[in-house]
Amino acid sequence: MAASPHTLSSRLLTGWVGGCVWYLEGRAMQESPREFIRLFRSVRKQWMTFQHFTFLRRMYVTQLNRSLNQQVKRKPEPTVSPFLERSSLAQAKAETCAMRPLPPPHLPLARKPNDKELLELESASVIEGSLDVGRETKEEKQWKEMKLHLDDLPGILARLSKIKLTALVVSTTSAGFALAPGPFDLPCFLLTFVGTGLASCAANSINQFFEVPFDSNMNRTKNRPLVRGQISPLLAVSFATCCAVPGVALLTWGVNPLTGALGVFNIFLYTCCYTPLKKISIANTWVGAVVGAIPPVMGWTAATGSLDAGAFLLGGILYSWQFPHFNALSWGLREDYSRGGYCMMSVTHPALCRRVALRHCLALIGLSAAAPVLDVTTWTFPAISLPINLYISYLGFRFYVDADRKSSRKLFFCSLWHLPLFLLLMLTCKRPPGATCAGGEPRG
Amino acid sequence: MAALRPRRRALVSPLCRAFSGPGCQLAPERAGERRDTAPSRVSGFCPPRKSCHDWIGPPDKHSNLRPVHFYVPENESPLEQKLRKLRQETQEWNQQFWANQNLTFCREKEEFIRSRLKAKGLELRTGSGQKATLDAEEMADFYKEFLSKNFQKHLCYNRDWYKRNFAITFFMGKVALERVWHKLRPKQRKTST
Repeated sequence: MAASPHTLSSRLLTGWVGGCVWYLEGRAMQESPREFIRLFRSVRKQWMTFQHFTFLRRMYVTQLNRSLNQQVKRKPEPTVSPFLERSSLAQAKAETCAMRPLPPPHLPLARKPNDKELLELESASVIEGSLDVGRETKEEKQWKEMKLHLDDLPGILARLSKIKLTALVVSTTSAGFALAPGPFDLPCFLLTFVGTGLASCAANSINQFFEVPFDSNMNRTKNRPLVRGQISPLLAVSFATCCAVPGVALLTWGVNPLTGALGVFNIFLYTCCYTPLKKISIANTWVGAVVGAIPPVMGWTAATGSLDAGAFLLGGILYSWQFPHFNALSWGLREDYSRGGYCMMSVTHPALCRRVALRHCLALIGLSAAAPVLDVTTWTFPAISLPINLYISYLGFRFYVDADRKSSRKLFFCSLWHLPLFLLLMLTCKRPPGATCAGGEPRG
Repeated sequence: MAALRPRRRALVSPLCRAFSGPGCQLAPERAGERRDTAPSRVSGFCPPRKSCHDWIGPPDKHSNLRPVHFYVPENESPLEQKLRKLRQETQEWNQQFWANQNLTFCREKEEFIRSRLKAKGLELRTGSGQKATLDAEEMADFYKEFLSKNFQKHLCYNRDWYKRNFAITFFMGKVALERVWHKLRPKQRKTST
């Protein structure tokens, strides 16, 4: 289960990115919000069906691989009966954990064997030898040369930079840019897009560089490039530097220094605060929420050049969204977190985990009401976003009360479509230029 | 072909030992011949002779870490040797920590399940022969306890891991620069004479 949600979320949001970009190009303010909702819902249905199928397929393949792996791993120990393959891995591990000495060699070295024994032993060892060779050949095939092939490099770097998460980050930045007041500046938008993307790639690469042994031990992350040895740590750090420097430079000199400063700060916050803090304190979740909140703020500051109320509103929305999303996801990963030494609320303070998730679901309702007050959207927005906000709050409430895997999964999957829909609705209800604010002067 | 393989292995393995040192360790049935080496990693793998790269293996069943078989070049410089030894040592240190951690986790989890089932008055196996398990909410107590018990251990491990990771990457950078320098230097000598 743990492997699929992120792929699912990224696929869903990639579809949303396409929708977002289309909007920015067309500036189709003429069409009614209902058209957008209908369009998005049909796209979402297709994605969800496809995702469901992919999820089932992956579950089947994972389980198949797991059972195959158990057979391969178990064979080198002649003392373990092959019939134990059916029992749980934990039981086998418990048996082998009592640090047994290596199985005694078949050729006793203490005394010289006589001819008959020697013949028997030799034939036995030849059979054993060929069996062992068979096992070793299989194991040998799993060894890979650590040689970098240039045609594999783009795929490896994409996985190193968590390209799908980067796409999500960049799409929230684009939403921030699009929601900011003022005329839409395409060159500035493209520079922000690329700069934020590069900064995100850099931060993600450094995160993976720090987490290699931990990633090896969690199902969700065990196929990352550094874990598999497809790339050296030096190359990962060099790649991160080659992304961070041009990315920040683009943001600072191509857009404005404020956006550049926010980009540097976010990279620092993610790599040097959030990543180490994951092993030290549950405060990492709040720091991580800030990391997620900064990209839309960067989009806003790129468009306007200043940190005004609208920027903080968008940041607040993304900040609040992180909690139902992450807390629900972490509910199903408690075993891996406990074993890996990660300090997460779901493990150490389960009640707080659910309370915070519910609290922030409700906060999203409040923030959507604040949007027209701050002149970011019209009053249509809180009205049309109320159904989805109420639904996620309901799921948050169910998670708080039931505290089980089913409710956590429902909340998690809801958060995946809630955010893109929420931001799309905001875009459609963006306050048109020149409109008056409540009782105020016309805006220029 | 299968009959030829044991003979080829008998030839290859001493050569392997000569070149790779503690990295290349033999399969269990030959453990008697190599009692002097520490039984930390047991692997029958030897890379092909013509390969001049490191090789990475499948995840270890206890630590989930992938072992690396380090290539030792004939003209290995002192810096390269230092890097290789550091990587080798870090690999063994990581292997020991995670194998111990995972085995302890499994053992303590089993004990917890056993004690809870006993407290409930249930058998370890249900009527159908399936192993009885506790649900996620009951296991949550164990996860919380395990995490807090191992908190200090993880703090120390993290500190050491960050140090080692930085050191390895730093030395990799130095070695890369050294190699580039050596590639350029003979050309410079040729052009000057």
